[in-house]
Amino acid sequence: MTSELFQLVLMTVVTAATPLILASIGELVTERAGVLNLGVEGMMIMGAAMGFAGAYSSGSTAIGALCGILAGMAMAALFGLLTIGFAINQVAAGLALTIFGTGLSGLLGAGFVGLKRDRSDQLHIPGLSDLPYVGQLVFGEDLFVYVAFGLVAGVAWFLSRSRTGLALRATGDNHQSAHALGLSVRRMRFLATLFGGACAGLAGAYLTLAYTPFWSPGMTAGRGWIALALVVFASWKPWRVVLGALLFGGATVLQLHAQAAAFGLPGQLLSAVPYLATIVALVLLSSGARKNAAAPAALGQAFIAPR
Amino acid sequence: MRIDLEPRATRPLALEIGAPILALAGAILIGGLVVFLLGKSPALAFEVYFINPLLEGWSLQELAVKACPLVMIAVGLSFCYRANLWNIGAEGQFIMGGLLGGWLAIATHDEAFQELIGGWWILPTMLVLGAVGGAIYALVPALLRVWLGASEILTSLMLVYVAELGLDWLVRGPLKDPNGFNFPQSVVFDDIARLPFLAEGERLHAGVPLALLVALLGAFVLARTIFGFEVRLAGEAPRAARFAGFDDSRLTLTVFAISGALAGLAGICEVAGQIGQLTPKISPGYGFTAIIVAFLGRLSPIGILVAALVLALTYIGGEAAQVELSLNNDMTRAFQGVLLMCVLIADTATRYRIRLTFGAAR
Repeated sequence: MTSELFQLVLMTVVTAATPLILASIGELVTERAGVLNLGVEGMMIMGAAMGFAGAYSSGSTAIGALCGILAGMAMAALFGLLTIGFAINQVAAGLALTIFGTGLSGLLGAGFVGLKRDRSDQLHIPGLSDLPYVGQLVFGEDLFVYVAFGLVAGVAWFLSRSRTGLALRATGDNHQSAHALGLSVRRMRFLATLFGGACAGLAGAYLTLAYTPFWSPGMTAGRGWIALALVVFASWKPWRVVLGALLFGGATVLQLHAQAAAFGLPGQLLSAVPYLATIVALVLLSSGARKNAAAPAALGQAFIAPR
Repeated sequence: MRIDLEPRATRPLALEIGAPILALAGAILIGGLVVFLLGKSPALAFEVYFINPLLEGWSLQELAVKACPLVMIAVGLSFCYRANLWNIGAEGQFIMGGLLGGWLAIATHDEAFQELIGGWWILPTMLVLGAVGGAIYALVPALLRVWLGASEILTSLMLVYVAELGLDWLVRGPLKDPNGFNFPQSVVFDDIARLPFLAEGERLHAGVPLALLVALLGAFVLARTIFGFEVRLAGEAPRAARFAGFDDSRLTLTVFAISGALAGLAGICEVAGQIGQLTPKISPGYGFTAIIVAFLGRLSPIGILVAALVLALTYIGGEAAQVELSLNNDMTRAFQGVLLMCVLIADTATRYRIRLTFGAAR
C-alpha cells in the first residue's frame, strides 16, 4: 500500500470517529454525574444546523463551531430543567429532546438547505505534515480532531485526578451521600449536562463544518444514539471511548469502500452495518458482571432533596 | 432560580384530568410563539392545525384513520412503560409487521392461485403475520436484555434503522413490482388482501374498530387481570414484585411481545388499509409519535384513545399547514416534542408540589 493511500484510509477513519468521540465524551461526563441524557441525537442535530448557519452567515468556522456548542448547550439546559429541575423521567425527557431537536433543526435550518461552504482548514506544519505514512495523519488533521483528543485527555484527567471530578463521580454513584457531604447534587448534574450538550453540539457542528460541506435535515442519522452506545461500550472510561469510536469509524469506512467495490451486496445491508455493530458491541460488553460494576450507580435516578 | 419539589400526599382527581389538558394548552401557546417568530400568524396556524380538520366529514374520517395506528402502538407501549421497560423501537416493529403481512399479499397476488384454493384466508393471515412479525422483532431487544443485560433502549432503537433499510432494500429489490416501471414499490394488493372499508366510498377502514377493540381490551387487561397487576407492580414497586414471586424475565419478554405485536398489527393495518402496497416509507414516524400518545394518555388505554386523536390532528393539520402556511413537516415534529415535554412537566405537577424560588438560594 502506498504512503498516500495508507494515510487516506486512516484519515477517513479518524474523520468518521471524531463526531462520535466528541459526543460520547460529553455524554460520558453527564452520565458519570448520574444523568442519562438520551437526547444526544437532538442536541447533535441542533449543533449541526446552528453550526452551519453560524459559519455560513459569518464566514468563520470558529464562529460556526461556537454556534454549534451554544445550540447544544441550550438544548442541554432544557433537558436539565426538565430532569433535574422537575425530576422528570430521564428516558422520556431524552426522547422528547430528540424529537424536538429534529423538528426545530429542520425549521431553523430550512433556509440553509442546498448551500455549500468550504470545509474547515487542516493543520499544516511545514516538514512534520509532509512526513511519509504518519505526517498528514498526525500533523495534518482538521482542528476539531485535536480538540476531540484534547477533550478526552482533559476529561480523563478531570475525572480521575481532580477534586471536582471526584465530587462529580460521587454525585453519580450515590446522590444521597453526596448531598450529605454538602455537595450540591443538582448544580453538579446541571453543569455536567451542559458540558455534555456543548460536546454534542460541537460534534454536530463537526458534521456540517468538516465532515461534509453542507447541511441537510436529519443528517446525524443516528450518530447520537451510537455515541450513547459507545459510552456503555467504553464502560464509562474516557480513553476507551476513543478506542470504540475508532472501531466504529473503521466499520463506517469499510462499509463505504465495500459499497464502492460493489460486491453485489445490497447497499442498504452495508448501511445497516454501523447499527448492527452497535447492537453487537452492546451485547458483548453488557454481558457478565462487568457492566454493573462500571455503570454509575445512581444513573438515571432523579434526586429530590430530603427534608 | 431554584425549583423545589415536595411530594404530594394525595393526588387530586381534578389535577389528574386537568394536567394533560393544561399541557396541551401550554404546548399550543409555545407553538404559537414559534409560528409568530417565524413571521406567520399564530391565529391562522391554530385554525389550520386544530380547527379546520374538525369541520369537514372527510377530515374527521382521516383523523380516525391516522389515530388508528397510534392507538394500537401506544396501547402496547403503555404495557412496557408501566413495567418500566423502554421499548422505543416501535417504528421498527411497525415496519416489520407491515413487511411480513404485506409479503403474504404479494406472494398470493396470482388469480389462478387464488381461484385454486380460495382467498378468504389471506387477510386474516396477513393480520396474524403482521402481529407475529412485530412481536418477533420486539423480542430481539427483550431477549438481549434478559440473557445478556444489553440496554433495551439502545438496541430497540438501533433496530429501527435496520428495519427501515431492510424495507427499502426489499421494495427496491425482491418485492418490487416487475411491471411497475422500476418504481420502488410492490404490486398493488388485491381487494381480497385489503382491509374492507366500513362504507362504500368512505375512508374509514376496518382497522379503526380494531384499534378501538385493542384499547378496550388493553384497558381491561391492565386494570382487571393478574397480569395487568403484575405489569403495574413491576413498574411501581419492583422489590415488592420480586417478593411476590413474579418472574422478571418472563414479564420483560411478555410486555415486549405484546407491544411488538400491536405495533406490527398497526403496521399491517396501515399497509393493507391505507396504502394498499409496500413502499419504501410506510410510516410518517407513527412509532415515535405513539410514544407521545402513550404519555399524553397517561399510560392508560382509554386516555390513549383521546391522546391519539390529538396527535392525529397534528398530522392532518401539519399537512394542511404545508399548503396553506408553507410551514413544513418539521413544525409538526417540533410541536410534538414540545407537547411531550409539557405533558411530562404536567405529570410532575400531579405528583409533586412545585415551588419556585427566585433570587438568592435558601
